[in-house]
Amino acid sequence: MTNPNNATITTVHRAEFTASDALKIPTLRILQDDGSLYDGATAPELDKDTALKMYDTMVFIRVLDERMLAAQRQGRISFYMQCLGEEATTVGSAAALSDQDMIMAQYREQGALRYRGFTLEQFMNQLFSNEKDLGKGRQMPVHYGSNAINYMTISSPLGTQIPQASGYAYAQKLRGLDALTLCYFGEGAASEGDFHAGLNMAAVHKAPVLFFCRNNGYAISTPANEQFVGDGIACRAVGYGMKAIRVDGADILAVYQATKMARDYALKHNEPVLLESMAYRLGAHSSSDDPSGYRSKEEEALWRKNDPIARFKAWLLKQGWLDEAADNAKTEQLRADILDALKVAEKVAKPGIEHLISDVYAEPIPALQQQLDELKAHIRKYPDAYPITAGRLD
Amino acid sequence: MAKMNMLQAINNALDLAMAKDDGVVCFGEDVGHFGGVFRATSKLQEKYGKARCFNTPLTEQGIAGFANGMAAQGMKPVAEIQFADYIFPAFDQIVNETAKFRYRSGNEFNVGGLVFRTPYGGGIAGGHYHSQSPEAYFAHTPGLKIVVPRDPYQAKGLLLASIACPDPVIFFEPKKLYRASVGEVPEEYYELPIGKAEVLQQGKDVTVLAWGAQMEIVQKAVEMAAEQGVSCEVIDLRSILPWDADTVAASVKKTGRLVINHEAPLTGGFAGEIAATIQKMCFLHLESPIERVCGLDTPYPLALEKEYVADHLKTFEAIMRSVNF
Repeated sequence: MTNPNNATITTVHRAEFTASDALKIPTLRILQDDGSLYDGATAPELDKDTALKMYDTMVFIRVLDERMLAAQRQGRISFYMQCLGEEATTVGSAAALSDQDMIMAQYREQGALRYRGFTLEQFMNQLFSNEKDLGKGRQMPVHYGSNAINYMTISSPLGTQIPQASGYAYAQKLRGLDALTLCYFGEGAASEGDFHAGLNMAAVHKAPVLFFCRNNGYAISTPANEQFVGDGIACRAVGYGMKAIRVDGADILAVYQATKMARDYALKHNEPVLLESMAYRLGAHSSSDDPSGYRSKEEEALWRKNDPIARFKAWLLKQGWLDEAADNAKTEQLRADILDALKVAEKVAKPGIEHLISDVYAEPIPALQQQLDELKAHIRKYPDAYPITAGRLD
Repeated sequence: MAKMNMLQAINNALDLAMAKDDGVVCFGEDVGHFGGVFRATSKLQEKYGKARCFNTPLTEQGIAGFANGMAAQGMKPVAEIQFADYIFPAFDQIVNETAKFRYRSGNEFNVGGLVFRTPYGGGIAGGHYHSQSPEAYFAHTPGLKIVVPRDPYQAKGLLLASIACPDPVIFFEPKKLYRASVGEVPEEYYELPIGKAEVLQQGKDVTVLAWGAQMEIVQKAVEMAAEQGVSCEVIDLRSILPWDADTVAASVKKTGRLVINHEAPLTGGFAGEIAATIQKMCFLHLESPIERVCGLDTPYPLALEKEYVADHLKTFEAIMRSVNF
């Protein structure tokens, strides 16, 4: 018998539904708040250097977020997005990858970016959209990207990176590379059509992608229970014929272990895997958002205790890998370094006028060159109105 | 040289591109073993394997997103959207992603090498969901290139140029001509220039401009006008974006008159863009208002297709209005 419907046919003779909650996805937890492991849990294999790099990255991002949100409030940058409460999610998953793996992120994954080696100066240049920004000052703050470290430039439209990750990973497979693509997105973005399109295509075409859902409870103001009804996002993987794993997103050991396992599986079998990391977006959606309009201080206070950095720090102290006094001194130094870098970046000039038309195409088309020439003539006539470029048109 | 229809020329171009560069991959709905509903990818799976020529699930946004990802990795995906009428689920991926990939990343990443092939246009009794000409939506999007061939020779050379192009291209194929248009086509690899119009016939009284399947229609009108002693200069625009304003302007400066024909509805159609540019470039040379012969501002009809289309008679009338103004 052929199977034209591509489905199992288990026959019953009385009508019955399959329950909508038939599938219950467990959540992996390894590390407790006090730094000890849960009974039966095993810490992933993690050497001291890697563990400290993960910790330093989390601290770096926390301090950077504090400082740059303040800089936005001072009017020094136009916009910012912090990842408070989700540091373990992105750092733990990025640490489980190879540097050759492509990361396609949504926008709140600065932890992964920093872990890959994006420098403080590169962060600042992007945030100030100055002429040293790799993105040439074209995108709002936090839309980072770097070819050199395999971190795809962020795009604001939600979910568009999901089917792209499937295509990118398919190409990695065709090229025979020992690398895959990790794709971050939020539980809100999982409502976009691109989520369905991307997951289905990756499953059908056997593309090695790790679809990494950061379920942080909110899409701007919309809580997850107004976003979907099923059991989180992980249960959907099963519908696509894909393996899934759910982890506590504030538990960096769990995130690391799950991602490592998923990576090994995806590469070995050329299959996508869906990971769902359960955390809480402790900060506002962005500097333009005010959560007091949609959630209580009490709710936030409760989650504030669930600090991923404190939990990991407790474990590192237990390992005897962290010296608290030295760590505090290092953090103070980091604050000073960040402020210094900020002061440097905000004084760097904006991109020159030629970057208004460069990169639209590989080479400017004739109409664009003509438009630029006309614009330059106009600016020469009214230099005071265009202070950024008037003094350097040639 | 070999005699080929437009589908055979397209198939031949894809075959040569896949043989030349193993980064070229063809996919879309029914594109694999079946060779596409129009058979443009016929035998390619047999020749290059399932990994490089395959069916996708029925998801245009997925096809476009997948193509963006592949191209960003450095491959050259040639993605088929089965009908241009069905390209709209992919609109976000094309307009916000494909078109802006290089720009938004400061050239850290790009999707050059990506080609969306899609059959467009009417004349096949397809009604409003199998006949549309959506080029103007995309012409409003910096970062894309848009190409429309008129015959098998053009289709092959322009498709090969599109695949080799460092920018993403939407390649609109006039499906009415897939089998109807037959001509001599070189069997070897060749490219034709993107962004260059072609003067098909020299004339002195009026310039008649069109692209794709409409070239045959304006040719008929031009012959009717010739019987009335009117000498038409005929131009195939070939590329909608970037479009060759210089060639058109040089012609209009000579003839003093311009008639533009396209299948898509009048309002917001690409003829409006051409008319605006040419009146500025040629203002003192114009002897009459620029004429547009286009579809009506309605969805594409079925039973009344003949009445709707920008046919040779309407074009002939526009030519005569222009010269008798």
